[in-house]
Parts: sequence; C-alpha cells; structure tokens
Amino acid sequence: MSESRLIVPARYDRIKQICSFVVDAANVAGLDESSTFQCQIAVDEACTNIIEHGYEGEDKGRIEVICNTNPGVLKIELLDQAPPFDPDKVPEPDLGAPLEEMKIGGLGIYFMKKMMDDVSFSRENGTNRLALLKRSAG
Amino acid sequence: MDISTQEVKRVSVMTVKGRVDSTTAPDLENALKQLVEGDKTQIVLDLKDVEYMSSAGLRAMVSTLKSVKRINGDLRLCAPSPRVHEVLRLAGLTSIFNIYPGQDEAVNSF
Repeated sequence: MSESRLIVPARYDRIKQICSFVVDAANVAGLDESSTFQCQIAVDEACTNIIEHGYEGEDKGRIEVICNTNPGVLKIELLDQAPPFDPDKVPEPDLGAPLEEMKIGGLGIYFMKKMMDDVSFSRENGTNRLALLKRSAG
Repeated sequence: MDISTQEVKRVSVMTVKGRVDSTTAPDLENALKQLVEGDKTQIVLDLKDVEYMSSAGLRAMVSTLKSVKRINGDLRLCAPSPRVHEVLRLAGLTSIFNIYPGQDEAVNSF
C-alpha cells in the first residue's frame, strides 16, 4: 500500500491539479482508463461542491487530498474545514424533468455515487471528510 | 480549453478542445451566449476533441439549450467521446440533446 498527500488552496483553478494528482494515484493502483476517468469526475465534483457550497467562494480555506493505493483499489479522501455538510439535505437531481424545469444542480453527489464503489461523508474536529473508493472494473 | 466558431450553411459550428470543468465552463457558456445574443440560434457544438467534461460543462450546455429553444433555435451536439457520452447519459441529457456522430450530420440536420 502507498499513500500520497496533496494540500492546495480551495480554488477552482486548483481542481485540475487535484485531478492530475488523483490520476497519478489511479495509475499506481493500476485502475483501468474508465475507472480513472470516473475518479477524476468524482473528485472534480466534490471539490467544486466544497468551494461553492462549503467555503462559499474561493480562497476561503484549503482542500487536503489523501490517496491510498492497493493493487486495483484506490481510496481518495478529501478534507476541508468548511461548515458542516449534510449530504442528505442535497435533493436528488430530477433527471426526467422537462428541459425548462431542468436544473443542473445536485449532479455532483449523484455523479460521485454513480461512479464510485463507495462514498461516505463524516465530520471530525471541525473537518469534513469525504471518502471515495474505486475498484478497477477488471 | 480552446474554442473556435465557424459558419457552415447558416449553422454556427463551435468546436471545443480540451477540458471543460469548473474553471473553463464559464468561458464556454459566455461564448455560447454571445452566439445566441448575436441571433445565431442554429448551433452545433462539436465535442470531438473534448477529453473531459464535468457537470459544470453540462450546466453551460443546458443553459444555452434553454435560451435557444425559447427563440425556436437548437443546440445540437456531435461526436462526443465515449467518456463525455457517459457523463451526458448519467445526467439524463442524451434524451434532451440531439446528438450526432459527426459534424456534417449535425449541420445537415438543420
């Protein structure tokens, strides 16, 4: 098992760097291309939510990313110090809504749950912790 | 992300290259908005060279689609990669957008 860690200011223009960090870890874990892409999307959506809804803006705090790899398995943890986040309060997107009523909100958590094998939120000592687990499709 | 636009048979073809995420999606939305405000309402978005798209990109496309539909136009997509198509499908957008395999088919559909 190997662990890598990245800490960046919570800014949209740092999400690409976080994705790149996660792709490197996915490669170490030997995840297939599709699984690696899904990890990028999940982490991108999570970080966007942390900045937009958690910190409510850029440069209000930091995001810490911890990747643990085993062969065929990647565990990603995202830590932030934004106010407590209750994922159960986020409504599920209405994917069948007609265009005029369609809101592309709430898709972030939906994508995470669809694309990852496990998603869990917790809060400890003023820190939100989001844990994402991905196993290689093969 | 790079964006270029050309007129083909009275259709505006916008070609996007690279990564559409939270950082770049506002630029895509603005570019599309400018087309609509310039009375260009028949739009094809060529996604052939889009390697990555998060929900921020989807939001930009849906917002534009709503705008053009109100004035009897349409935003049609072409050539999404399998990865981008997967994102569209998961978001339930493959039944909202008209999606074509290539740019010619999308242009000729107007």
